[in-house]
Amino acid sequence: MNAIATPTLAQVLDHPGIWRRSAERQPRVRALATGWESLDAKLPGGGWPQGALSEILYENDGLGELDLVMPALAALTQEHRRVIFVAPPHLPYAPALVAAGVDLRFLHEIHAGTTEAAWSMEQCLRSGCCGAVVGWLWDIDYRSLRRLQLAAESGDACAMIFRSAEHAAHNSPAALRLKVSNSDEATYVDVLKSRGLLTTTAPLLRMRA
Amino acid sequence: MLWACLRFPGLAFSAAFAASPEAGPSALLDNKARKRVIAMANPEAAEAGVRRGQSLAAARALCPALRVRPRDAAAETRLLAELAAWCYQFSAHVSLVPPYALLMEAGASLRLFDGWPVLAQRLKEGLSAQGHAYTIAATPFAAASWVFAATADGMVIAQPEGVIRMLGALPLALSGLPRSSIQALESMGFRHLNDIFHLPRPELTRRIGREGVEWLDRLRGHTSHILPAWQPPADFEQRMEFDSELDGSEPLLFPLRRLTRSLANLLAARDGGVQRFVLTLEHARGEVTPIPVAMAAPQRDADRLFELARTRLENSTLPAPARALRLHAAHLPMFRPTARDLFEPIRGEGLDWPTLDERLRARLGDAALKQIMQVADHRPEYASGYGTPGAPFLPDHKRRPLWLLKQPCPMHPHPAQLLAGPERIESGWWDGQDMRRDYYIVRTVQGQHAWAYLPAGTLDGWMLHGWFA
Repeated sequence: MNAIATPTLAQVLDHPGIWRRSAERQPRVRALATGWESLDAKLPGGGWPQGALSEILYENDGLGELDLVMPALAALTQEHRRVIFVAPPHLPYAPALVAAGVDLRFLHEIHAGTTEAAWSMEQCLRSGCCGAVVGWLWDIDYRSLRRLQLAAESGDACAMIFRSAEHAAHNSPAALRLKVSNSDEATYVDVLKSRGLLTTTAPLLRMRA
Repeated sequence: MLWACLRFPGLAFSAAFAASPEAGPSALLDNKARKRVIAMANPEAAEAGVRRGQSLAAARALCPALRVRPRDAAAETRLLAELAAWCYQFSAHVSLVPPYALLMEAGASLRLFDGWPVLAQRLKEGLSAQGHAYTIAATPFAAASWVFAATADGMVIAQPEGVIRMLGALPLALSGLPRSSIQALESMGFRHLNDIFHLPRPELTRRIGREGVEWLDRLRGHTSHILPAWQPPADFEQRMEFDSELDGSEPLLFPLRRLTRSLANLLAARDGGVQRFVLTLEHARGEVTPIPVAMAAPQRDADRLFELARTRLENSTLPAPARALRLHAAHLPMFRPTARDLFEPIRGEGLDWPTLDERLRARLGDAALKQIMQVADHRPEYASGYGTPGAPFLPDHKRRPLWLLKQPCPMHPHPAQLLAGPERIESGWWDGQDMRRDYYIVRTVQGQHAWAYLPAGTLDGWMLHGWFA
């Protein structure tokens, strides 16, 4: 990869994949395995960042954007940690959820308008008793996103926001931003922003090819 | 050893008036005597002249507003056991001394509670919060503690010599000896315990009997006496009957608080929790309304249990006024405080799910919070619903979409490519919602994977029903 010319030792040690026992610097990214091996390998910490906000921007329903997060959510429910869906755009369908390995007893759904949805997400994240909080908040602004990021940090929960791909150009406080798009009959996952990731231009994942 | 004795002089009142707050002049009736006579009167009634042994008619004449209830021996025993349950958190050896006293061995746990003053303070705070008046004394000898609890509230003597000196100064009338023995001794000119402590044993035995002498020995710790240790029971059932019928949930809150607190006391003693219990309201003509209360995880906090039961009670419709309230918890599981990693800081506010759940419901309303449930139905729109999820079963279905549309809608433009199908779904002829559809997994022009159907046997009229998101 020619993006990094000659890395200094400090830069190499700064890589989140390297853990140093002696240093006061703790591993910076703790993560939740995504269940997609090729994605895990490329994300800092090896998965969805925990205690942080991840943003998934997608062009249309049905590109596999939920498939992307489902293995991690299913694993959480199997560990009896709660997963909250806030303001989902359609009905989450039980047979498919069970087939994906979700323990429905630990999945909750909250119906709410935009402001209430942001408030609910923040409460859930801050409470410290939710493993992941997933929201479909179309019109959320930068300030609210920032609040969610802080709430996720304080509650050490995994926050995920699904938004339209139009927002890709906008600024966002999220720790990880992924874009799910379709071309040539396959779905591609690109990374727009990631804390602690060495820059890459290649798509992270090719799905449904 | 340090035996603390707690005496609850108002126990009979608390037990008899458990279902309603005690207010105004009240008295208890002796239910052993053949005539209706007063067994006990509270201070307000005593002020009006109501005395023990008076007939009910005389008492009513003196004080027309007098509230009267018969003594309830069973309820008194239950209440004493409940207090023992609460005290069990301070000592492993708690013993009931009917009718209204408890003994607990406090010496072994003094270090744990930072000495007697702190322990006494915790007893005081806990018992006054529950509304129980009591007197207390602690000495190395259980019998002496019992005597001092009645005569010298708050006295603590750790040294045996001090106990014997104090006992010596005690008038015979307060010594705990049988009344006949006291009268016999007083007629012989003895006034204080000291006078008889040094009498020759055979002569004393002849006058006050072997039991009397043994009691004196126990007071001074000359003989040890084995006190039966109270054991917490394995389930909880308590019932409260009301004087009058109570309509609506509001008046039921007072007895409900008593019941949940009593349950919490037992849970503290067992170091256990409760995950489900049933509140039963009893109405006239033997009708009952059961209200099950279930929690996500075992709980033991009195306030939390009360709030949960109260919400359930207020949400249920009561068909008729209630005559009695019963709380039954058949199974008291282990209480495990939420396990945390030693090195992991407490997450966020450290709330548990029920608290968060209630906070969300309070603002968004009950309808906003839902859980998704599997239903055994072949029709796609009925195979998933909102409710309490039961045991999961894997349907032998083909692939199903994660998103289902609320209503199937016409699909424009038509699918670009068929990926799988058709899957004929034909069902529901029995309830008038029958359908015959051929489902396909299709790809749209934008590359989306969709679940769509055609009415059976046709090739046109695509309906979109879900997204493989």
